[in-house]
Amino acid sequence: MALRLASRRLALKPMPYAFSRSMATTVGNTKEPLGAISEATSSSSPPLSPKHTTTIKEPSPDPESKIKTFHIYRWNPDEPSSKPKMQSYTLDLNKTGPMILDALIRIKNEVDPTLTFRRSCREGICGSCAMNIDGVNTLACLCRIPTDAGKETRIYPLPHTYVVKDLVPDLTQFYKQYKSIKPYLQRDTPPPDGREYRQSKSDRRKLDGLYECILCACCSTSCPSYWWNSEEYLGPAVLLQSYRWIADSRDEKTEQRKDALNNSMALYRCHTILNCSRTCPKGLNPALAIAEIKKSLAFQ
Amino acid sequence: MLSQRAAQQALRRLAVQRPAYRYIVPAAVTSSNALVSQRRLAATANLSEAQATDEILAKQRLSRPVSPHLSIYRPQITWYGSILNRITGSILSGGFYMFGALYLVAPYLGWHLETAVLAAAFAKWPLVVKFPLKAIVAWFFTYHSFNGVRHLMWDMASMISNKQVNQTGWAVVGLSTVAAVGLALL
Repeated sequence: MALRLASRRLALKPMPYAFSRSMATTVGNTKEPLGAISEATSSSSPPLSPKHTTTIKEPSPDPESKIKTFHIYRWNPDEPSSKPKMQSYTLDLNKTGPMILDALIRIKNEVDPTLTFRRSCREGICGSCAMNIDGVNTLACLCRIPTDAGKETRIYPLPHTYVVKDLVPDLTQFYKQYKSIKPYLQRDTPPPDGREYRQSKSDRRKLDGLYECILCACCSTSCPSYWWNSEEYLGPAVLLQSYRWIADSRDEKTEQRKDALNNSMALYRCHTILNCSRTCPKGLNPALAIAEIKKSLAFQ
Repeated sequence: MLSQRAAQQALRRLAVQRPAYRYIVPAAVTSSNALVSQRRLAATANLSEAQATDEILAKQRLSRPVSPHLSIYRPQITWYGSILNRITGSILSGGFYMFGALYLVAPYLGWHLETAVLAAAFAKWPLVVKFPLKAIVAWFFTYHSFNGVRHLMWDMASMISNKQVNQTGWAVVGLSTVAAVGLALL
Protein backbone atom coordinates (compact mmCIF):
# COMPACT_ATOMS: atom_id res chain seq x y z
CA MET A 1 0.00 0.00 0.00
CA ALA A 2 2.66 2.47 1.04
CA LEU A 3 4.70 1.53 -1.96
CA ARG A 4 1.82 2.18 -4.34
CA LEU A 5 1.07 5.57 -2.88
CA ALA A 6 4.71 6.44 -3.07
CA SER A 7 4.90 5.53 -6.70
CA ARG A 8 1.92 7.71 -7.46
CA ARG A 9 3.42 10.61 -5.62
CA LEU A 10 6.47 10.20 -7.78
CA ALA A 11 4.34 10.20 -10.86
CA LEU A 12 3.04 13.65 -10.11
CA LYS A 13 6.32 15.26 -11.00
CA PRO A 14 6.66 16.30 -14.62
CA MET A 15 8.59 13.62 -16.40
CA PRO A 16 10.56 13.48 -19.62
CA TYR A 17 8.40 12.79 -22.64
CA ALA A 18 9.73 9.31 -23.19
CA PHE A 19 8.38 8.18 -19.82
CA SER A 20 5.03 9.87 -20.03
CA ARG A 21 3.84 8.33 -23.27
CA SER A 22 0.26 7.22 -23.28
CA MET A 23 -0.92 3.67 -23.56
CA ALA A 24 -0.14 1.36 -26.44
CA THR A 25 2.31 3.45 -28.35
CA THR A 26 5.61 2.14 -29.60
CA VAL A 27 8.85 3.99 -29.65
CA GLY A 28 10.07 4.25 -33.20
CA ASN A 29 12.55 1.48 -33.91
CA THR A 30 13.40 0.87 -37.52
CA LYS A 31 16.36 -1.37 -36.94
CA GLU A 32 16.24 -5.02 -37.93
CA PRO A 33 15.35 -7.26 -35.02
CA LEU A 34 18.45 -8.67 -33.47
CA GLY A 35 17.39 -12.23 -34.37
CA ALA A 36 17.25 -11.51 -38.11
CA ILE A 37 20.69 -9.99 -38.13
CA SER A 38 22.25 -12.82 -36.26
CA GLU A 39 20.48 -15.33 -38.45
CA ALA A 40 21.90 -13.68 -41.55
CA THR A 41 25.43 -13.42 -40.28
CA SER A 42 25.82 -16.60 -38.30
CA SER A 43 27.50 -19.52 -39.94
CA SER A 44 25.14 -22.17 -38.60
CA SER A 45 24.38 -25.12 -40.84
CA PRO A 46 21.59 -24.32 -43.36
CA PRO A 47 18.32 -26.35 -43.16
CA LEU A 48 18.03 -29.46 -45.28
CA SER A 49 16.43 -28.84 -48.66
CA PRO A 50 12.81 -30.06 -48.97
CA LYS A 51 13.95 -32.35 -51.74
CA HIS A 52 15.62 -34.57 -49.18
CA THR A 53 12.78 -34.73 -46.67
CA THR A 54 9.57 -36.69 -46.61
CA THR A 55 6.17 -35.11 -47.07
CA ILE A 56 3.58 -35.38 -44.33
CA LYS A 57 0.25 -35.66 -46.04
CA GLU A 58 -3.05 -34.40 -44.75
CA PRO A 59 -4.74 -37.29 -42.97
CA SER A 60 -6.77 -39.27 -45.46
CA PRO A 61 -10.54 -38.99 -44.99
CA ASP A 62 -11.78 -41.42 -42.40
CA PRO A 63 -13.74 -44.21 -44.12
CA GLU A 64 -15.90 -44.39 -40.98
CA SER A 65 -16.83 -40.72 -41.17
CA LYS A 66 -20.49 -39.76 -41.30
CA ILE A 67 -20.66 -36.59 -43.30
CA LYS A 68 -23.90 -34.70 -42.89
CA THR A 69 -24.91 -31.53 -44.65
CA PHE A 70 -26.47 -28.61 -42.82
CA HIS A 71 -28.18 -25.83 -44.74
CA ILE A 72 -28.28 -22.73 -42.57
CA TYR A 73 -30.12 -19.45 -43.15
CA ARG A 74 -27.70 -16.55 -43.42
CA TRP A 75 -28.30 -12.83 -43.58
CA ASN A 76 -25.80 -10.16 -42.74
CA PRO A 77 -27.08 -6.73 -41.63
CA ASP A 78 -23.82 -5.18 -42.77
CA GLU A 79 -24.93 -5.90 -46.32
CA PRO A 80 -28.58 -4.96 -46.05
CA SER A 81 -29.17 -4.94 -49.77
CA SER A 82 -28.10 -8.55 -50.25
CA LYS A 83 -30.77 -11.21 -49.97
CA PRO A 84 -30.83 -13.88 -47.28
CA LYS A 85 -29.25 -17.11 -48.44
CA MET A 86 -28.95 -20.73 -47.41
CA GLN A 87 -25.35 -21.63 -46.66
CA SER A 88 -24.37 -25.31 -46.69
CA TYR A 89 -21.90 -26.83 -44.28
CA THR A 90 -20.71 -30.42 -44.01
CA LEU A 91 -19.69 -31.93 -40.72
CA ASP A 92 -18.40 -35.35 -39.70
CA LEU A 93 -20.97 -36.50 -37.16
CA ASN A 94 -18.35 -38.70 -35.45
CA LYS A 95 -16.49 -35.58 -34.42
CA THR A 96 -19.61 -33.61 -33.48
CA GLY A 97 -21.65 -33.68 -30.31
CA PRO A 98 -25.13 -35.20 -30.39
CA MET A 99 -27.20 -32.01 -30.50
CA ILE A 100 -27.86 -29.45 -33.22
CA LEU A 101 -26.35 -26.80 -30.96
CA ASP A 102 -23.11 -28.82 -30.86
CA ALA A 103 -23.06 -28.80 -34.65
CA LEU A 104 -23.67 -25.04 -34.77
CA ILE A 105 -20.94 -24.36 -32.21
CA ARG A 106 -18.56 -26.63 -34.10
CA ILE A 107 -19.28 -24.80 -37.35
CA LYS A 108 -18.68 -21.49 -35.63
CA ASN A 109 -15.48 -22.66 -33.96
CA GLU A 110 -13.90 -24.58 -36.78
CA VAL A 111 -15.45 -23.65 -40.09
CA ASP A 112 -17.13 -20.26 -40.20
CA PRO A 113 -16.75 -17.83 -37.26
CA THR A 114 -19.21 -15.41 -38.86
CA LEU A 115 -22.18 -17.72 -38.23
CA THR A 116 -24.36 -15.98 -35.67
CA PHE A 117 -26.84 -17.54 -33.27
CA ARG A 118 -27.96 -17.11 -29.66
CA ARG A 119 -27.09 -19.75 -27.11
CA SER A 120 -26.42 -19.81 -23.44
CA CYS A 121 -27.22 -22.70 -21.13
CA ARG A 122 -27.03 -25.62 -23.62
CA GLU A 123 -29.57 -27.54 -21.51
CA GLY A 124 -32.96 -26.15 -22.43
CA ILE A 125 -33.45 -23.79 -19.53
CA CYS A 126 -32.63 -20.39 -21.02
CA GLY A 127 -34.54 -20.56 -24.30
CA SER A 128 -31.90 -18.63 -26.23
CA CYS A 129 -31.24 -21.14 -28.99
CA ALA A 130 -34.84 -21.37 -30.23
CA MET A 131 -34.84 -21.83 -34.01
CA ASN A 132 -36.58 -23.68 -36.78
CA ILE A 133 -34.85 -27.02 -37.33
CA ASP A 134 -36.07 -29.24 -40.16
CA GLY A 135 -39.28 -27.26 -40.30
CA VAL A 136 -40.16 -27.41 -36.61
CA ASN A 137 -39.46 -24.79 -33.99
CA THR A 138 -37.40 -26.15 -31.14
CA LEU A 139 -34.37 -25.48 -28.99
CA ALA A 140 -31.14 -26.38 -30.75
CA CYS A 141 -29.70 -27.66 -27.47
CA LEU A 142 -32.55 -30.14 -26.97
CA CYS A 143 -32.76 -31.29 -30.59
CA ARG A 144 -30.71 -34.32 -31.55
CA ILE A 145 -28.98 -34.30 -34.90
CA PRO A 146 -30.83 -36.88 -37.00
CA THR A 147 -28.24 -39.63 -37.27
CA ASP A 148 -29.27 -40.44 -40.83
CA ALA A 149 -26.31 -38.81 -42.55
CA GLY A 150 -27.95 -39.02 -45.95
CA LYS A 151 -30.68 -36.62 -44.90
CA GLU A 152 -29.81 -32.96 -44.98
CA THR A 153 -30.78 -30.71 -42.11
CA ARG A 154 -32.17 -27.24 -42.69
CA ILE A 155 -31.97 -24.58 -40.01
CA TYR A 156 -33.88 -21.30 -40.14
CA PRO A 157 -34.51 -18.57 -37.60
CA LEU A 158 -37.89 -18.59 -35.85
CA PRO A 159 -40.53 -18.23 -38.60
CA HIS A 160 -42.03 -14.85 -39.51
CA THR A 161 -39.74 -12.81 -37.28
CA TYR A 162 -37.55 -9.91 -38.27
CA VAL A 163 -34.02 -11.24 -38.62
CA VAL A 164 -31.29 -9.38 -36.76
CA LYS A 165 -28.55 -11.56 -38.19
CA ASP A 166 -28.40 -15.18 -39.39
CA LEU A 167 -30.34 -17.22 -36.81
CA VAL A 168 -30.96 -14.33 -34.42
CA PRO A 169 -34.56 -13.06 -34.52
CA ASP A 170 -35.80 -9.74 -33.21
CA LEU A 171 -38.05 -10.58 -30.25
CA THR A 172 -38.77 -7.02 -29.16
CA GLN A 173 -42.45 -7.30 -29.97
CA PHE A 174 -42.68 -10.63 -28.12
CA TYR A 175 -41.17 -9.14 -24.97
CA LYS A 176 -43.35 -6.05 -25.23
CA GLN A 177 -46.40 -8.28 -25.33
CA TYR A 178 -45.12 -10.23 -22.34
CA LYS A 179 -44.74 -6.96 -20.45
CA SER A 180 -48.27 -5.93 -21.40
CA ILE A 181 -49.89 -8.79 -19.47
CA LYS A 182 -48.24 -7.66 -16.21
CA PRO A 183 -46.47 -10.91 -15.42
CA TYR A 184 -46.20 -10.43 -11.68
CA LEU A 185 -48.34 -10.97 -8.59
CA GLN A 186 -50.89 -8.19 -8.15
CA ARG A 187 -52.43 -7.93 -4.69
CA ASP A 188 -53.74 -5.22 -2.45
CA THR A 189 -54.54 -7.09 0.75
CA PRO A 190 -51.70 -8.09 3.02
CA PRO A 191 -51.34 -11.75 3.94
CA PRO A 192 -53.55 -12.77 6.88
CA ASP A 193 -50.63 -13.87 9.05
CA GLY A 194 -48.48 -10.95 7.99
CA ARG A 195 -45.82 -13.21 6.61
CA GLU A 196 -46.40 -14.78 3.22
CA TYR A 197 -49.15 -15.47 0.71
CA ARG A 198 -50.11 -19.08 1.25
CA GLN A 199 -51.64 -21.51 -1.20
CA SER A 200 -53.34 -24.85 -0.82
CA LYS A 201 -51.65 -27.78 -2.48
CA SER A 202 -54.42 -28.07 -5.04
CA ASP A 203 -54.11 -24.37 -5.90
CA ARG A 204 -50.39 -24.78 -6.33
CA ARG A 205 -50.95 -27.75 -8.59
CA LYS A 206 -52.91 -25.53 -10.99
CA LEU A 207 -49.66 -23.78 -11.85
CA ASP A 208 -47.92 -26.96 -12.93
CA GLY A 209 -47.40 -26.95 -16.67
CA LEU A 210 -47.54 -23.15 -16.67
CA TYR A 211 -44.64 -21.94 -14.56
CA GLU A 212 -42.13 -24.08 -16.49
CA CYS A 213 -42.41 -21.91 -19.59
CA ILE A 214 -39.04 -20.38 -20.47
CA LEU A 215 -40.39 -17.89 -23.03
CA CYS A 216 -38.29 -19.25 -25.88
CA ALA A 217 -40.98 -18.06 -28.37
CA CYS A 218 -41.03 -21.42 -30.18
CA CYS A 219 -44.80 -21.76 -29.81
CA SER A 220 -45.70 -18.18 -30.69
CA THR A 221 -43.64 -18.25 -33.86
CA SER A 222 -45.08 -21.64 -34.87
CA CYS A 223 -48.61 -20.22 -34.85
CA PRO A 224 -49.86 -19.14 -38.31
CA SER A 225 -52.35 -16.85 -36.62
CA TYR A 226 -49.47 -15.13 -34.81
CA TRP A 227 -47.56 -14.85 -38.09
CA TRP A 228 -50.34 -12.75 -39.59
CA ASN A 229 -51.47 -10.84 -36.49
CA SER A 230 -48.42 -10.50 -34.25
CA GLU A 231 -49.06 -6.78 -33.74
CA GLU A 232 -52.28 -7.38 -31.83
CA TYR A 233 -52.67 -11.09 -31.12
CA LEU A 234 -50.66 -11.99 -28.02
CA GLY A 235 -49.64 -15.46 -29.16
CA PRO A 236 -49.56 -18.76 -27.28
CA ALA A 237 -46.51 -18.10 -25.08
CA VAL A 238 -47.80 -14.82 -23.71
CA LEU A 239 -51.33 -16.20 -23.29
CA LEU A 240 -49.94 -19.16 -21.36
CA GLN A 241 -48.14 -16.71 -19.11
CA SER A 242 -51.32 -14.70 -18.79
CA TYR A 243 -53.18 -17.83 -17.71
CA ARG A 244 -50.41 -18.59 -15.23
CA TRP A 245 -51.42 -15.40 -13.38
CA ILE A 246 -55.15 -15.85 -13.94
CA ALA A 247 -54.92 -19.32 -12.43
CA ASP A 248 -52.84 -18.15 -9.48
CA SER A 249 -55.00 -18.24 -6.33
CA ARG A 250 -52.90 -15.49 -4.72
CA ASP A 251 -53.47 -12.95 -7.47
CA GLU A 252 -56.33 -10.50 -6.86
CA LYS A 253 -56.51 -8.86 -10.28
CA THR A 254 -57.93 -11.91 -12.05
CA GLU A 255 -60.95 -10.05 -13.42
CA GLN A 256 -58.86 -7.17 -14.76
CA ARG A 257 -56.53 -9.65 -16.40
CA LYS A 258 -59.47 -11.37 -18.09
CA ASP A 259 -60.98 -8.05 -19.16
CA ALA A 260 -57.72 -7.09 -20.82
CA LEU A 261 -57.94 -10.22 -22.96
CA ASN A 262 -61.64 -9.92 -23.76
CA ASN A 263 -61.44 -8.40 -27.23
CA SER A 264 -61.40 -9.75 -30.74
CA MET A 265 -57.62 -9.66 -31.18
CA ALA A 266 -55.61 -10.31 -28.01
CA LEU A 267 -57.04 -13.75 -27.27
CA TYR A 268 -59.59 -14.71 -29.91
CA ARG A 269 -57.17 -14.72 -32.83
CA CYS A 270 -56.40 -18.20 -31.51
CA HIS A 271 -58.15 -20.55 -33.93
CA THR A 272 -57.03 -23.73 -32.13
CA ILE A 273 -54.51 -24.57 -34.82
CA LEU A 274 -52.50 -26.30 -32.07
CA ASN A 275 -49.05 -25.94 -33.60
CA CYS A 276 -48.03 -24.38 -30.29
CA SER A 277 -48.47 -27.46 -28.13
CA ARG A 278 -47.06 -29.64 -30.84
CA THR A 279 -43.82 -27.70 -31.02
CA CYS A 280 -43.19 -26.76 -27.37
CA PRO A 281 -39.68 -28.03 -26.54
CA LYS A 282 -40.58 -28.14 -22.86
CA GLY A 283 -43.64 -30.32 -23.45
CA LEU A 284 -46.09 -27.72 -22.16
CA ASN A 285 -49.58 -27.17 -23.53
CA PRO A 286 -50.23 -23.51 -24.41
CA ALA A 287 -53.33 -24.54 -26.37
CA LEU A 288 -54.89 -25.94 -23.22
CA ALA A 289 -54.09 -22.77 -21.29
CA ILE A 290 -55.72 -20.65 -24.01
CA ALA A 291 -58.74 -22.97 -24.05
CA GLU A 292 -59.04 -22.55 -20.28
CA ILE A 293 -58.96 -18.76 -20.63
CA LYS A 294 -61.62 -18.87 -23.33
CA LYS A 295 -63.72 -21.18 -21.21
CA SER A 296 -63.43 -18.98 -18.14
CA LEU A 297 -64.44 -15.95 -20.22
CA ALA A 298 -67.40 -17.80 -21.76
CA PHE A 299 -68.79 -19.21 -18.53
CA GLN A 300 -68.16 -16.37 -16.12
CA MET B 1 -10.66 -8.14 9.20
CA LEU B 2 -10.73 -5.13 11.49
CA SER B 3 -7.46 -3.81 10.18
CA GLN B 4 -8.67 -4.23 6.64
CA ARG B 5 -11.75 -2.19 7.33
CA ALA B 6 -9.68 0.49 8.98
CA ALA B 7 -7.48 0.69 5.93
CA GLN B 8 -10.53 0.89 3.69
CA GLN B 9 -12.02 3.72 5.68
CA ALA B 10 -8.75 5.57 5.58
CA LEU B 11 -8.69 5.20 1.84
CA ARG B 12 -12.22 6.48 1.53
CA ARG B 13 -11.38 9.48 3.63
CA LEU B 14 -8.43 10.11 1.39
CA ALA B 15 -10.66 9.93 -1.62
CA VAL B 16 -13.08 12.46 -0.19
CA GLN B 17 -10.48 15.13 0.53
CA ARG B 18 -10.12 17.28 -2.54
CA PRO B 19 -6.39 17.44 -3.06
CA ALA B 20 -6.26 13.69 -2.67
CA TYR B 21 -7.77 13.14 -6.12
CA ARG B 22 -4.26 13.12 -7.42
CA TYR B 23 -3.55 9.91 -5.57
CA ILE B 24 -6.45 8.17 -7.23
CA VAL B 25 -5.60 9.16 -10.76
CA PRO B 26 -3.24 6.63 -12.34
CA ALA B 27 0.19 7.79 -13.26
CA ALA B 28 -0.36 7.50 -16.97
CA VAL B 29 -3.26 9.94 -16.90
CA THR B 30 -1.42 12.73 -15.11
CA SER B 31 0.59 13.90 -18.08
CA SER B 32 -1.47 16.22 -20.25
CA ASN B 33 -0.53 14.39 -23.42
CA ALA B 34 -2.03 11.15 -22.18
CA LEU B 35 -5.20 12.93 -21.07
CA VAL B 36 -5.96 13.90 -24.64
CA SER B 37 -5.30 10.47 -26.06
CA GLN B 38 -7.54 8.75 -23.53
CA ARG B 39 -10.56 10.95 -24.00
CA ARG B 40 -13.45 8.95 -25.35
CA LEU B 41 -15.10 10.62 -28.26
CA ALA B 42 -18.25 8.46 -28.45
CA ALA B 43 -21.36 10.55 -28.94
CA THR B 44 -24.24 9.70 -26.64
CA ALA B 45 -27.80 10.91 -26.67
CA ASN B 46 -30.69 10.39 -24.31
CA LEU B 47 -33.63 8.47 -25.71
CA SER B 48 -37.15 8.40 -24.43
CA GLU B 49 -38.64 4.94 -24.04
CA ALA B 50 -41.04 5.49 -26.93
CA GLN B 51 -38.18 6.49 -29.17
CA ALA B 52 -36.10 3.55 -28.13
CA THR B 53 -38.85 0.99 -28.57
CA ASP B 54 -40.80 2.32 -31.52
CA GLU B 55 -38.84 4.66 -33.75
CA ILE B 56 -35.61 2.71 -33.74
CA LEU B 57 -37.50 -0.57 -34.06
CA ALA B 58 -39.48 0.72 -37.03
CA LYS B 59 -36.30 1.94 -38.67
CA GLN B 60 -34.58 -1.40 -38.12
CA ARG B 61 -37.52 -3.32 -39.47
CA LEU B 62 -37.30 -1.49 -42.76
CA SER B 63 -33.98 -3.12 -43.50
CA ARG B 64 -34.49 -6.48 -41.80
CA PRO B 65 -35.85 -9.44 -43.76
CA VAL B 66 -38.76 -11.47 -42.42
CA SER B 67 -37.70 -15.04 -41.83
CA PRO B 68 -39.39 -17.73 -43.96
CA HIS B 69 -42.59 -19.18 -42.51
CA LEU B 70 -45.37 -20.96 -44.45
CA SER B 71 -43.04 -22.42 -47.03
CA ILE B 72 -40.59 -23.98 -44.57
CA TYR B 73 -42.78 -25.09 -41.68
CA ARG B 74 -43.18 -28.86 -41.64
CA PRO B 75 -46.63 -30.08 -42.77
CA GLN B 76 -48.41 -31.39 -39.69
CA ILE B 77 -51.92 -32.60 -39.04
CA THR B 78 -52.40 -29.63 -36.71
CA TRP B 79 -52.07 -26.69 -39.06
CA TYR B 80 -52.87 -28.51 -42.30
CA GLY B 81 -56.07 -29.79 -40.70
CA SER B 82 -56.88 -26.30 -39.51
CA ILE B 83 -56.39 -24.63 -42.88
CA LEU B 84 -58.41 -27.41 -44.54
CA ASN B 85 -61.22 -26.67 -42.10
CA ARG B 86 -61.15 -23.04 -43.14
CA ILE B 87 -60.91 -23.76 -46.86
CA THR B 88 -63.75 -26.28 -46.82
CA GLY B 89 -65.87 -23.93 -44.73
CA SER B 90 -65.24 -21.04 -47.11
CA ILE B 91 -66.08 -23.12 -50.17
CA LEU B 92 -69.23 -24.55 -48.61
CA SER B 93 -70.56 -21.25 -47.30
CA GLY B 94 -69.42 -19.36 -50.41
CA GLY B 95 -71.15 -21.92 -52.62
CA PHE B 96 -74.26 -21.79 -50.47
CA TYR B 97 -74.51 -18.00 -50.64
CA MET B 98 -73.75 -17.96 -54.34
CA PHE B 99 -76.35 -20.54 -55.16
CA GLY B 100 -78.87 -18.81 -52.91
CA ALA B 101 -78.30 -15.49 -54.62
CA LEU B 102 -78.53 -17.05 -58.07
CA TYR B 103 -81.70 -18.86 -57.07
CA LEU B 104 -83.22 -15.55 -56.04
CA VAL B 105 -82.42 -13.75 -59.27
CA ALA B 106 -82.99 -16.79 -61.53
CA PRO B 107 -86.67 -16.03 -62.30
CA TYR B 108 -85.73 -12.56 -63.53
CA LEU B 109 -82.95 -13.90 -65.75
CA GLY B 110 -84.99 -16.76 -67.05
CA TRP B 111 -82.66 -19.40 -65.61
CA HIS B 112 -83.98 -22.68 -64.30
CA LEU B 113 -82.28 -23.62 -61.05
CA GLU B 114 -85.08 -25.73 -59.63
CA THR B 115 -84.09 -29.00 -57.99
CA ALA B 116 -85.77 -31.19 -60.60
CA VAL B 117 -84.05 -29.40 -63.48
CA LEU B 118 -80.61 -29.54 -61.81
CA ALA B 119 -81.03 -33.22 -60.93
CA ALA B 120 -81.99 -34.07 -64.47
CA ALA B 121 -79.03 -32.14 -65.89
CA PHE B 122 -76.63 -33.78 -63.41
CA ALA B 123 -77.96 -37.27 -64.21
CA LYS B 124 -76.91 -36.85 -67.84
CA TRP B 125 -73.20 -36.54 -66.93
CA PRO B 126 -70.95 -39.60 -67.22
CA LEU B 127 -70.19 -41.51 -64.02
CA VAL B 128 -66.45 -40.70 -64.06
CA VAL B 129 -67.32 -37.01 -63.67
CA LYS B 130 -70.34 -37.44 -61.45
CA PHE B 131 -68.78 -39.61 -58.78
CA PRO B 132 -65.56 -37.63 -58.10
CA LEU B 133 -67.47 -34.34 -58.09
CA LYS B 134 -70.01 -35.65 -55.64
CA ALA B 135 -67.28 -37.19 -53.49
CA ILE B 136 -65.28 -33.94 -53.34
CA VAL B 137 -68.24 -31.78 -52.41
CA ALA B 138 -69.37 -34.40 -49.92
CA TRP B 139 -65.87 -34.51 -48.43
CA PHE B 140 -65.84 -30.74 -47.94
CA PHE B 141 -69.06 -31.14 -46.01
CA THR B 142 -68.11 -34.20 -43.97
CA TYR B 143 -64.63 -32.93 -43.11
CA HIS B 144 -65.90 -29.56 -42.01
CA SER B 145 -68.67 -31.16 -39.95
CA PHE B 146 -66.51 -33.71 -38.16
CA ASN B 147 -63.76 -31.18 -37.57
CA GLY B 148 -66.37 -28.84 -36.13
CA VAL B 149 -67.06 -31.44 -33.47
CA ARG B 150 -63.37 -31.38 -32.55
CA HIS B 151 -63.52 -27.61 -32.22
CA LEU B 152 -66.51 -27.89 -29.91
CA MET B 153 -64.59 -30.34 -27.73
CA TRP B 154 -61.56 -28.06 -27.62
CA ASP B 155 -63.75 -25.16 -26.58
CA MET B 156 -64.62 -27.24 -23.53
CA ALA B 157 -60.85 -27.56 -22.94
CA SER B 158 -60.90 -31.31 -23.44
CA MET B 159 -59.18 -33.66 -25.94
CA ILE B 160 -56.46 -31.09 -26.38
CA SER B 161 -53.29 -33.03 -25.53
CA ASN B 162 -50.80 -33.62 -28.34
CA LYS B 163 -51.61 -37.31 -28.61
CA GLN B 164 -55.38 -36.79 -28.67
CA VAL B 165 -55.12 -33.99 -31.22
CA ASN B 166 -53.06 -36.21 -33.48
CA GLN B 167 -55.42 -39.16 -33.13
CA THR B 168 -58.64 -37.20 -33.58
CA GLY B 169 -57.12 -35.28 -36.48
CA TRP B 170 -56.38 -38.41 -38.49
CA ALA B 171 -59.63 -39.99 -37.32
CA VAL B 172 -61.54 -37.06 -38.79
CA VAL B 173 -59.64 -37.35 -42.08
CA GLY B 174 -60.44 -41.07 -42.30
CA LEU B 175 -64.01 -40.78 -41.14
CA SER B 176 -64.83 -37.89 -43.46
CA THR B 177 -63.34 -39.73 -46.43
CA VAL B 178 -65.37 -42.86 -45.74
CA ALA B 179 -68.50 -40.79 -45.19
CA ALA B 180 -67.88 -38.78 -48.37
CA VAL B 181 -67.51 -41.92 -50.46
CA GLY B 182 -70.68 -43.25 -48.85
CA LEU B 183 -72.55 -40.05 -49.65
CA ALA B 184 -71.25 -40.04 -53.21
CA LEU B 185 -72.50 -43.58 -53.72
CA LEU B 186 -76.05 -42.63 -52.70
